[in-house]
Amino acid sequence: MKILVCIKQVPDMESRFKLNAEGTWYNDQDLAWRMNEYDEYAVEQAVQLREQLGDGEIVVVSVGPDRVKEAMKKALAMGADRGVHIKDDASHEKDPFQIAAAIAAYAADEKFDVTFTGMQSQDRGSAQVGVLLAAHLGMQAVTTIIEFSHEGGMTTVHRELEGGLKAVVRVPLPALFSCQLGLNTPRYPTLPNIMKAKKKELLTLQMADLLKASALTTTDETRYPEKRGGGLVLEGDVADQVSQLMTILKEKTAVLK
Amino acid sequence: MKAILVAESRQGTLLPGSYETLAFAEKIVAEPVMFLVGSQASLPAFPGRLYLADADVAGEYNPEEHLRLLQEVVAKEAPQIIVFLHSSYGWDLAPRLAFALGAGQVSEVVDCQEGAMVVPACNSKLRRVVRSSGDVTVVTLQAGAFSLANEPGGSPQVELLESRHDGQVEFLAYEAGELGGVDLSKAEIVVSAGRGIGKPENLAMVEALAKALGGEYGASRPVVDAGWAEHTRQVGSTGQTVSPKLYVACGISGAIQHLAGMKKSEFVVAINTDRDAPIGEVADVLVVADLKQFLPALTARLSA
Ligand SMILES: Cc1cc2nc3c(=O)[nH]c(=O)nc-3n(C[C@H](O)[C@H](O)[C@H](O)COP(=O)(O)OP(=O)(O)OC[C@H]3O[C@@H](n4cnc5c(N)ncnc54)[C@H](O)[C@@H]3O)c2cc1C
Ligand SMILES: Nc1ncnc2c1ncn2[C@@H]1O[C@H](COP(=O)(O)O)[C@@H](O)[C@H]1O
Repeated sequence: MKILVCIKQVPDMESRFKLNAEGTWYNDQDLAWRMNEYDEYAVEQAVQLREQLGDGEIVVVSVGPDRVKEAMKKALAMGADRGVHIKDDASHEKDPFQIAAAIAAYAADEKFDVTFTGMQSQDRGSAQVGVLLAAHLGMQAVTTIIEFSHEGGMTTVHRELEGGLKAVVRVPLPALFSCQLGLNTPRYPTLPNIMKAKKKELLTLQMADLLKASALTTTDETRYPEKRGGGLVLEGDVADQVSQLMTILKEKTAVLK
Repeated sequence: MKAILVAESRQGTLLPGSYETLAFAEKIVAEPVMFLVGSQASLPAFPGRLYLADADVAGEYNPEEHLRLLQEVVAKEAPQIIVFLHSSYGWDLAPRLAFALGAGQVSEVVDCQEGAMVVPACNSKLRRVVRSSGDVTVVTLQAGAFSLANEPGGSPQVELLESRHDGQVEFLAYEAGELGGVDLSKAEIVVSAGRGIGKPENLAMVEALAKALGGEYGASRPVVDAGWAEHTRQVGSTGQTVSPKLYVACGISGAIQHLAGMKKSEFVVAINTDRDAPIGEVADVLVVADLKQFLPALTARLSA
């Protein structure tokens, strides 16, 4: 079985974001980068599936500048077999349709049986790339899965709906699945596996060679949200913060007796 | 301008969130035409035209058939915009339709300005203003971002769509969420633990504060997903909705899905090392501190 996992590298969401010079996205300097949280579940599910089947190949693909190879190395250390880096220094200017088109251009000839993506990226969060990729490749997609099982050639998944409800869904392969938080418990790469990952193949393709489509959406500007304000911010010494909070709770709430 | 509003039905009942698409159409001053795969027995209170397909035939989750039905309506109506909710239904179906139409999609719209859509980025720390370049745009709306000024009323002129049950994706069953456990919805004080607690042992600090205040403790999703707290303690869109007199968010960033579960709290205190954490937007008091120092200190003072 051939398995594809799409991963995106995103900044740590606890970062203090500055805007880029054009004012269209965040400035990507001085940020700590990591694998998109949702994609960790995608990698883990791929590795578990391959372990269950006893054979198969897992390819991890990522679009972005050279730094995204760090996230790819983590996926390789978690158990993916090889990586395909679609190099694009301006990937933040591409819209979800283009990202999906580029991955599809690579994946079309590879005939993957199963593709896993995250349900959304933490920075742009369009929740589109997975479904669009499946559409480009003419295969089915099931989004927001929190349980995955593959038995007797059939794949059964649980989709998470609102209010705790789930839908149990069966789909034939090839198909794409977008992974929701809690699908599994992503493993931490062990030191020996990190060393092994260094020797795994990491091929670089150029975005310009793959992408023919133009963007369907563009960004006018990126800005900070308007502060709704009102809230008080307590900084400084912990003992002072405790005293101040006690006073506020006594004045503003009826919960302290 | 004409808008197709995609309403949602679940287990035979119209989902109230469907009215948010109507509120959005009002805001952009578009002629609304609704689309629903649902039931005659549960129609939206809406005085306009509604295309209805029978969910008993088409299935409630059958993306290929729902897509086909929508394409039929789009071909007839030639709308400029098709509006979904940013929900499990919308984020599954919207990109399929966008692809089929060759249209751009803008996801999780919270506002609009001069023909462009405003969407959150980076866990709501940023806002992006996005524009679709084609003649048709597909949008999904963030839950709760648009609401009607008045109670919806009227009944629709229904145009029935012929549906069939084709499709590769086979819906087998619904499975309900876990029941039982703690009912946080009635608690007057809720103290919740987020990923910022760092390790499961630190949950004890949150529990201790909850106890000192005479309340219950809750948790954000990562804490539950990691198995540090049981699912029935999860607060948020896929957990419980709480409305206590006091909500204390400890090491919780304030993602929209978490806020959905606690924004009706009367008074919100957040403890977070990140001064820019989006929880600050809803907190009456944001304590910028390491919870490992602050929580024990506060608990000690309360117990003194
Ligand atoms: C469809 C869907 C449904 C979802 N449903 C829910 C839901 O029901 N409930 C829910 O909670 N989430 C839900 N989520 C997940 C949600 O998007 C966020 O991922 C989640 O709420 C983040 O949890 P968190 O704030 O605990 O963690 P993080 O976002 O990782 O935030 C951790 C916070 O802790 C702070 N911190 C770190 N260390 C310390 C310290 N020592 N002291 C103080 N602060 C510290 C950090 O600054 C940060 O702000 C859902 C997501 C999706 C897509
Ligand atoms: N630049 C990228 N490279 C590889 N995969 C991506 C990229 N952007 C998005 N994806 C995949 O698509 C999913 C949804 O992303 P998005 O549509 O941006 O919310 C992510 O979880 C990834 O699996």
